Order: sequence, then C-alpha cells, then structure tokens
Amino acid sequence: MAVLVIADHDGSTVRDTTNKTVTAATAIGGDVDILVVGQGAKAAADAAAKIAGVRKVLLAESAGLGHTLAEAVEATVIALAPGYDAILSPATMDGKNFMPRIAAKLDVAPISDIVEVVSADTFVRPIYAGNALETVQSSDAKKIITVRPTGFAAAAEGGSASVETVAGSEAPKTTFVGEELVKSDRPELGAAKIIVSGGRALGSSEEFHAVMEPLADKLGAAIGASRAAVDAGYAPNDYQVGQTGKVVAPGLYIAIGISGAIQHLAGMKDSKIIVAINKDPDAPIFQVADYGIVGDYKTVVPELMAALG
Amino acid sequence: MKVLVPVKRVIDYNVKARVKADQTGVDLANVKMSMNPFDEIAVEEAVRLKEGKEHHAAGTAAEIVVVSIGVTQAQETIRTALAMGADRGILIQSDADLEPLAIAKLLKAVVEEEKPDLVLMGKQSIDGDNNAVGQMLAALLDWPQATFASKVVIGDGKATVTREVDGGLQTLAATLPAVVTVDLRLNTPRYASLPNIMKAKKKEIAVKAVADYGVDVADRLKVLKVTAPATRSAGIKVADAAELVSKLKTAGAL
Repeated sequence: MAVLVIADHDGSTVRDTTNKTVTAATAIGGDVDILVVGQGAKAAADAAAKIAGVRKVLLAESAGLGHTLAEAVEATVIALAPGYDAILSPATMDGKNFMPRIAAKLDVAPISDIVEVVSADTFVRPIYAGNALETVQSSDAKKIITVRPTGFAAAAEGGSASVETVAGSEAPKTTFVGEELVKSDRPELGAAKIIVSGGRALGSSEEFHAVMEPLADKLGAAIGASRAAVDAGYAPNDYQVGQTGKVVAPGLYIAIGISGAIQHLAGMKDSKIIVAINKDPDAPIFQVADYGIVGDYKTVVPELMAALG
Repeated sequence: MKVLVPVKRVIDYNVKARVKADQTGVDLANVKMSMNPFDEIAVEEAVRLKEGKEHHAAGTAAEIVVVSIGVTQAQETIRTALAMGADRGILIQSDADLEPLAIAKLLKAVVEEEKPDLVLMGKQSIDGDNNAVGQMLAALLDWPQATFASKVVIGDGKATVTREVDGGLQTLAATLPAVVTVDLRLNTPRYASLPNIMKAKKKEIAVKAVADYGVDVADRLKVLKVTAPATRSAGIKVADAAELVSKLKTAGAL
C-alpha cells in the first residue's frame, strides 16, 4: 500500500498544510510519498524530504505546473496514479481545484475536506458548512482525498527522503495571464492562529479599518468580517467568514460587534477559543463564546489594546 | 454563444441544518429550500452575458439553458432561474441524492446534447460541500476549467477568468468550450421582478429521467452515519478587557 501526498508549497519551502496532510496519509497506512509540482521548486522538494516518515519525494516541473494549472497537475498525477492506493492533497484552493479533476479521470468519487481518518477506506467530513459530520466509506479501489488541515496535527521534521524527478505535464488549453497576490504582513485568514473579526456594529468602512487593523497588528492576527459587514460595504468580500465565505478554525477568534447569525457561526464555531464583544447581552454570539464582554466596542477595544500592552 | 447553467435545490442558507436522530442524514422535512447561493451567482452572470451588463458586450450569450438534477420540486429552482432571465430549463428527475461523480456524468451527457460553449456553475453546493462537480465535468469532457471565478471576460474564443486563490487572485485564459465555477465576489444576483416571474411561467422546462441518459450513477460512497458536531456551550462573561487578557493568557491563547 502506498499513499501520495501532493505538497502545498511556495517554491522554496513547504507549508505546514503539507505536514498535516502527511499525518492523514500516515493514518491511512502504507508508504508515504510526496509530490511537489511547480517550476524551479527543487528547494521545496528538498524541504518536503525533511518531513518525518516520508519514503521519497517526487518533483515534477513545467511552466503550467509553475502556476498550478489544474489540467497540468491532473495529467502529471494521472501518470503516477497506478503506483498509489490513495492520493491526498490539503484542501487549499489549489487542492480543491485539481483533485476532483484527477478523481473524475480515474472514475473515482473524490472525498473532500476530511477531518478524520477512521480507517483506510472510511473518513469523516463536514457537510452543511460544518453543521453536520458525515462518515463515509469508499468502495473505490483508489481514494482521492482533500484534507482539511485544521483536522490534523503537523507531521514532524527530521526525515531524509530521497528526491526523484518525474515528468511534468502542461495545460494546452489554458494560459496563465497574471496574478495579484495580497502583500500583507498579516497572516491569511485560513492559516491564521488568531483572527479578529468585525461586524455591522462598526458602522462604516473607515471605522472598520480604524478599529480592526491596529488590533490585528498588535495580535499578529488576520482580519475577518461578518457577511452583514461585507454586505454593508464596511469590509472587502474576501474578509468574509461564514457559510458562504471562509470557514476558519483558529486558536483564538475575537468577534467584535458581530451578533452571531447562523451563517456566520457556521464559519467559525470550530475555533479553539471564541471571544465575543457586543453591547447586546442577548446576542447569539455569546452562546458560543468562551469569554464574552458585554459592552460597546468603542470603549472595550481601546481597553483591550491597552491591556495587551 | 450558448451557456449551460446547472443549478441545485438546497436548504436555504439562512436555515440551520439539523441532524436526524437516527443519524441517517439532515432533516429536510418542512425546511425552506432555495437555489444554492453560488448557482444563483452563476445564473446572474449568464444573464449579464446575455444582456451585455457591466464589461460584457450585449449578446455575448445568445441562449441560457438551466439544468437541475433532483426531485420534482427542483422545477421551482429552475423557474427562479428562468425568472432571472434564463431561456429554458431541463429537469433530470431523481429522488436519489446522487453523488458528484454521477452528477458530472449526467451533465456531460447534457453537454453532449446541448453543445454549449460555456458551462457556468456554482463552485460548490452548501449541502454536500464537495466543491467537485465543475472540475469533474471539465475532466470528463476534456475541457479546460477555471474555478472560483471573481471576474469573467468572454472574447476571442476564450474565457479570461480571475480566480480566488489562497493569498490573492490568479487570472487564466481558458479556450472555449470551458467550465467556469463561480465564487461569491463575482456579482450580486438580482431579485426577479413580478412581470419576469409571470413570464417565466410560460418558459419551457423539459422533464427527463436519469435513465434517459444511460450513464452509471451508482454510489461509490456509503454514508455510515451523519452526526451533529460537538456543541459549544456558552462560556463566561468577563468584566473588562484586563480580565479577558488574563484569562486568555491562562488558557494559552495569547
């Protein structure tokens, strides 16, 4: 039995989502190999080789793989697929993009976003934005799986696997035009250990930024927002936490002026510790909060800034 | 250009899903159902392609066909799309909750029949949360895919799509025919006007059976159980920010 993990990397290092996916692969059992797709990604392959418990690292490079184009990843992985019983990727936007494509080519039902490995063919995954968990058993000979990183601990470093080069495919019908990556010193919402999130109570875009940004910077946190705040135009759409936005599970989630609509709770209720600051003592957010402060954010947030020192 | 928009009838996004006591699934009896929110965005974009709204040239889309696979009541979902401006509908009737692979195979058969230049669809449904059908349909057709679109420009036989990726945006040009799946930021769907709702009643919906398409729709996954996630209980109220910070430090959160 052998499992292939497709790495999440930035060309020079692997992200810890890869280590977490290796943990899921180890739970499935058998030899674990890592595939690094990219261009000029040798350093990332070398970094992947240091993850403990990995048999070998495969490096596939091409122009199309450099932009993680789905068709290029699909063709590259399909060529390797006969050697593996399961193929896993972290459930990043890239993984979500190419994994179902690989599954369809193999005539396999993909299993998305698993949070637990019950056995080599049985997995737990959230449905209905995490309002239910389904345990599914796959009858396919090969398993194609995306792994929700928040569900698994990161595999340790300390390995010394070999790195082999394999053929990298192209995507003939797709051209890369450009990219615009957010240059922010703040962490990404999906990867942040702390998230501060603002709601409609902040009242305006100016106020949202004036209140949330200094607090986020003080805590090294990412900034989120409720759908109500986004719909009102106070925060950009990619800040949205909730069923129709991003589903997050940081170590600490601080909700400021957020009432706690169902659709918002669906996106953050798996956070380890939830703090709610709201002037309405009956706001539903307090029903899921570990710590609540009933008060106006206008006084509480400056006090919080001061208390953080 | 002909655009095919698959739509799904799902639990309304404002309703909290409740797990059935026998752990066989989510209780959908007497629950408000609506069009999957991402599919609504796909319908809206198709209608804008036809109307020439925003950056689209008028008539970019000549015809919009909406297809749904599901129970009889999914006709209501199709009617909603027709009221928004789609031209006609196809319902592939199925009382079984088909898996994404089966849905993709049925949609492939519809594409072979309808020959659209573009399939525009939601990136995921908010019930199964698989985020898979669009990518699988593209693979089965050997078409290029552009997922999680926040901007779509059609021209020169290509769909130039700005995509939501981790850490920002990526723009790709996919040669048509292609599958584009849409994300939240693409547009804000319209509410259908009363005259358009009335007009939609006269638009055609062809009702088909799964068997008409002769594809294998057997389940590959067996749902062993569906459970409710661990519930959170309300914690404690703290008096002020200083107490909060000290509690968070004790809990190791800071």
